[in-house]
Amino acid sequence: MGLVTPAHGTVVGMTQTQTLQARTTAVPAIELRGLTKSFGSVRAVRGIDLTVRPGEIIAFLGPNGAGKTTTIDLMLGLSRPDGGSVQVYGMEPSAAVRHGLISAVMQTGGLLKDLTVAETLRLTASLFSDTRPVSEVLARAGISDIGDRRVGKCSGGQQQRLRFAMALLPDPELLVLDEPTTGMDVTGRRDFWAAIREDAAQGRTVLFATHYLEEADAYADRIVLISHGQVVADGTAAQVKALVSGRTIRATLPDADATALQGLPGVETVEVRGDSVLIATTDSDAVARHLLSATAAHDLEITSRGLEDAFISLTSEEDQS
Amino acid sequence: MTTANATVPERAVPPLGGFNTTLLRIELRRLLRNRRTVIFSIVLPVVFFLLFGTGKDYSLKNAGHGNVASYVMISMALYGAMLSTTAGGAMVSTERSQGWSRQLRLTPLTPTAYIAVKVLVAMLLGGLSVVVVYLAGTFTQAQMDHHLWWETALIAWVGSLVFAAFGVFMGYLLPSDNVMQILGPGLALLAFLGGLFTPLDQMGQTFQTIAKLTPMYGLSELAHAPLTGDAPGWAAVVNVLAWLAVFAGGAAWRFRRDTARV
Repeated sequence: MGLVTPAHGTVVGMTQTQTLQARTTAVPAIELRGLTKSFGSVRAVRGIDLTVRPGEIIAFLGPNGAGKTTTIDLMLGLSRPDGGSVQVYGMEPSAAVRHGLISAVMQTGGLLKDLTVAETLRLTASLFSDTRPVSEVLARAGISDIGDRRVGKCSGGQQQRLRFAMALLPDPELLVLDEPTTGMDVTGRRDFWAAIREDAAQGRTVLFATHYLEEADAYADRIVLISHGQVVADGTAAQVKALVSGRTIRATLPDADATALQGLPGVETVEVRGDSVLIATTDSDAVARHLLSATAAHDLEITSRGLEDAFISLTSEEDQS
Repeated sequence: MTTANATVPERAVPPLGGFNTTLLRIELRRLLRNRRTVIFSIVLPVVFFLLFGTGKDYSLKNAGHGNVASYVMISMALYGAMLSTTAGGAMVSTERSQGWSRQLRLTPLTPTAYIAVKVLVAMLLGGLSVVVVYLAGTFTQAQMDHHLWWETALIAWVGSLVFAAFGVFMGYLLPSDNVMQILGPGLALLAFLGGLFTPLDQMGQTFQTIAKLTPMYGLSELAHAPLTGDAPGWAAVVNVLAWLAVFAGGAAWRFRRDTARV
């Protein structure tokens, strides 16, 4: 599908021209070229190209099993691609890690239960050449009060904040978060994102994977939609929405001719459910006019689609191809 | 933080692959925090020494350049050092199962520095085992020539490197959260075969022949030799070096597989 549009967010305090100049000369935070990775017969990543510019906040949006985590592992140097290349600030991922340029908050694991929160941070800090003070990252992650608690006794949300604090230690240029709020309650999720947002406001590049659409919509400048190991859409939340800004028409129409309906202007999908028909279209007026004048359709309902629907329509189209 | 500059920000890489004393200190504290490790590796050998080495009718009998109590002391120091170093090395297993090894790959710590820390921590704990048993010896009936205390302790401690390597190897081989529970009985058997609990010459000929091929045999011979005054045979030296090669080689093999699995 031809839905790949580059993002053009503006950096506050710069003119558009300056921004573009800066961006063309800057070394990309991440540059993926023709990336592929398989596990046995499972093709997890099937040729991803992506450039992340410094300062962007990017959401990697996709259902479970779309290849988000595999792609992130490749960015972090935790696994090696079968084909294509990964560059982080112009270097190999492992080199970028050693230089403290990139750090990550992983979904699960990665913590020693028998250490305290503060010990975990002191240990991690000792491994880097330059770090922010432990007390500072504790405060920024909102866990100053549990520094002496054993990691094994921390709640899932607290452990996630600890992972975030660890990731902040090297003061990385680029922070990668893999489904960071999985398993958190609504309040925990909101607080966590508030902390990330505050941090990103200071100019850090952030890439996060999520399957929560509202997270991508609320916190990202740019959304990269991943399905079946490929990028199926890339743009601002508004652009992604606009690209699928169509509406869904539901009508009662016995013996609907799905093929004929499919041929109407702007129709993307037609689904017949018993006597009902559901039509996703970018031109709801034309379809409604046709249904009411040329067919026996009645009880029409027209609803607009949100990002959720966009997500479903884009990724399910990928299914069919 | 610069967001849109033309050059990659200057960042330093730490020296020694990230190896540092803070890491060593926290790792050691972690190992000592494990009650099971402390009881089995530090406390139990002392208890065994007090039970079987002291207060017996044989305790004060001559064992060469010292008494039998000191012979048992050396045995129990070896036993403790073996348990400690294996436990230290086997921490690799827990760290792999908890995803910590993976997390460390998001830091500048190199795999080689990581293993160096594991072995060092294992050896420090092994040293503690030896010191504690020897301290118990000084306060009780153990007696031998002054210089032998240092010599035998040093041999027992340095030799336990064999079991630090064993621990690391097993830590990679067994992806379990409580690898020492699996290894504990095996180590007791190796200690028995090494003559730490009963002198081997009291056992049958077949048993002795088999025992000579097991990993604790050589080290036990070498550590007791200064006390008994019997020159250890070449078999003992070959035994120690061969098992060290096997375990270190095995650990290196698993380690390379682990880091290449990416």
